[in-house]
Amino acid sequence: MSRSSVQIGADGRLKHLLTTEGLPAEMIRHILDTADQFVSVGEREVKKVPLLRGKTIFNVFFEGSTRTRTTFEIAAKRLSADVINLNVGASSTSKGETLLDTVYNLQAMDADMFIVRHSQSGAAHLIARHVKPGVAVINAGDGRHAHPTQGLLDMYTIRHYKKDFSALTVAIVGDVLHSRVARSQIHALKTLGVPELRVIGPKTLMPAAVERLGVRVFHDMTEGIRGCDVVIMLRLQNERMNGALLPSAGEFFKCYGLTAEKLVHAKADAIVMHPGPMNRGVEIDSPVADGRQSVILPQVTFGIAVRMAVMSMLGSQ
Amino acid sequence: MTRLEIKGARVVDPATRRDAKGSIYVADGVIVALDKAPDGFRPDETIDAQGLVACPGLVDLSARLREPGFEYRATLESELRAAAAGGVTTLACPPDTDPPLDEPGLVEMLTRRAASLDLARVHPLGALTVGLKGERLAEMAELAEAGCVGFFQGSAALPDPATLLQAMRYASTFGFTVWLRAQDAHLANGGVAHDGEVATRLGLHAIPVMAETVALRTIIELMAATGARVHIARLSSAAGVAVVAQAKAQGAPLSCDVGVHHLHLCDRDIGDFDAQCNLSPPLRDPADRDRLRKALAEGVIDAACSDHTPVDDDAKQVPFAEAEPGATGLELLLPLTLQWGKETGLKLAETLAAVTIRPAKVLGVPVGSLQAGAAADICIFDPSRAWVVQPSALASQGKNTPFQGLELTGRVVRTILGGRTVHTG
Repeated sequence: MSRSSVQIGADGRLKHLLTTEGLPAEMIRHILDTADQFVSVGEREVKKVPLLRGKTIFNVFFEGSTRTRTTFEIAAKRLSADVINLNVGASSTSKGETLLDTVYNLQAMDADMFIVRHSQSGAAHLIARHVKPGVAVINAGDGRHAHPTQGLLDMYTIRHYKKDFSALTVAIVGDVLHSRVARSQIHALKTLGVPELRVIGPKTLMPAAVERLGVRVFHDMTEGIRGCDVVIMLRLQNERMNGALLPSAGEFFKCYGLTAEKLVHAKADAIVMHPGPMNRGVEIDSPVADGRQSVILPQVTFGIAVRMAVMSMLGSQ
Repeated sequence: MTRLEIKGARVVDPATRRDAKGSIYVADGVIVALDKAPDGFRPDETIDAQGLVACPGLVDLSARLREPGFEYRATLESELRAAAAGGVTTLACPPDTDPPLDEPGLVEMLTRRAASLDLARVHPLGALTVGLKGERLAEMAELAEAGCVGFFQGSAALPDPATLLQAMRYASTFGFTVWLRAQDAHLANGGVAHDGEVATRLGLHAIPVMAETVALRTIIELMAATGARVHIARLSSAAGVAVVAQAKAQGAPLSCDVGVHHLHLCDRDIGDFDAQCNLSPPLRDPADRDRLRKALAEGVIDAACSDHTPVDDDAKQVPFAEAEPGATGLELLLPLTLQWGKETGLKLAETLAAVTIRPAKVLGVPVGSLQAGAAADICIFDPSRAWVVQPSALASQGKNTPFQGLELTGRVVRTILGGRTVHTG
């Protein structure tokens, strides 16, 4: 598949992690299995393993983020790598430097790995095509396109609680149109064999031909989450709340916000997920976010292990 | 002036549906006879064209020459050499230069420079509005006097309907053709790819088909109100073809063209964000591409054009949505048109009509035919010669093409402009 050729080498090994699309199921399972071993590292007194000792990792964020950058930083440090954080949005590009020039400059500082976030879809692919052989790129979110480590940590979370993907009904709720998280989840869930994958939201927040990604589209929340094993809520960006796509945050919450009353339509043991940061009272009600079915905080914990797994695989080549 | 004999060629003239082996006799820049030499004709040069096709020089409805303002991307000389290398002897250039072609002085300078280079006949399209801003009408009568053959907004947004109405009304006063890109700016807002599965997967801002059809319906409505003659530049969708076909069937004085890339590529060719496939209008669904191919064969679409747009590497080596749209095309127009014709099952004369007599009629200039008395603008090409598109080997300064590394068939061997050889290959 041409789509995976940038990130998967001719030998079938992962060179970069840019998208979950095209990742073979066995590779995803291998990443999750590797993450399993790293979960225990976080529980130890000394939370470090020497796998990436001597490696230099650049966290290059062209778009602001605290949480994702921090979890990558923690993951890198637990692997004993040297990690440098750069908020490029505030420096080089505002001086007119091109994206590739920024990358070439950092590469000249002997970077081994780039973790990149950028507001433009495809930015990570562009960088991966231009770095030196042996330098790995991890996409930490590019525009609306992909956020593969988030997708993978969500797969880890689902596997942790549900064990098997082959009989699951999963719903993704909210702003699918603008969500790189939703896209990364959809590709991974399809690859892992989820038989019933739903997206729920108003027509204004659904991208064209989304059903061709293998999902069923629902516009009614109750219908959509009926019988679900997993309910994934998406973050609604502030700037989308009042405008041509949605009349108000309040109306969105009324129609698509996850409340205890709506959640009863899912299976009794359904889990509730959210990639964070949450808008309480917009996409999710506090009693649900903090309730017994919520696995939102374990997602964050697993996220570090999954990022350690990906970085160790890419950094030890 | 020299007398020229082209002998042994397969002489194809779509204007007369001629496709037969024969000879062409040229004197003083004009075709004086076909097949039988005039009495006493003694050629100064004889071209043996055995195994080659001789057809009218190609007529390209859109080639950006990048002057004035973008000389770092391309110059008039480099791009007119590319035209000659591609067998193109007549071309229209859109007004979206910097500054735009909205003043007679700019147009005169361009035509004078082009005339001194004498590599192709250059017909500028004047700006429809000052600065292409869609607010004030450009001096159309003055610009026409300076040599403009039509008035166009180029790649700039369409004026609002009220301004467009007046622009069309004014143009029709003088019988000028208004050229328009049918794309509603509000519906296209920020989009870079067709609103379909590919844009959804890649997370690219999309331009829906209705950006084209809404604009087309507005334009057609305004045509009825004003009587203006309109040429639609770069149709992109099956739905757009349907709207145009209906308007034409009702007798609207409407013509349209398609970019040659859109006959071969679709949104899937974007693959992993290949910025070479960032084109404007966007590459659409395979079904749209197939309809465009058919519509060009049926004549609903009047002509194919190169939509030649030299873009430098720096403007393509950026994330897809930030890349400048466009591709080099002058040197690919002939082989890509031949491929379309072959795959569509057309006769060679039918195929070549789409890049010779049909666009000539759109421009309203007396070129595109090999009849006695016509200017000797002739393209001689080897229809079976295969070649690989190597950007560095292109004469154009625009090396950006989605066809890089691909093999095409059909290679220009000689281009003759007004009886003078301007390219041999």
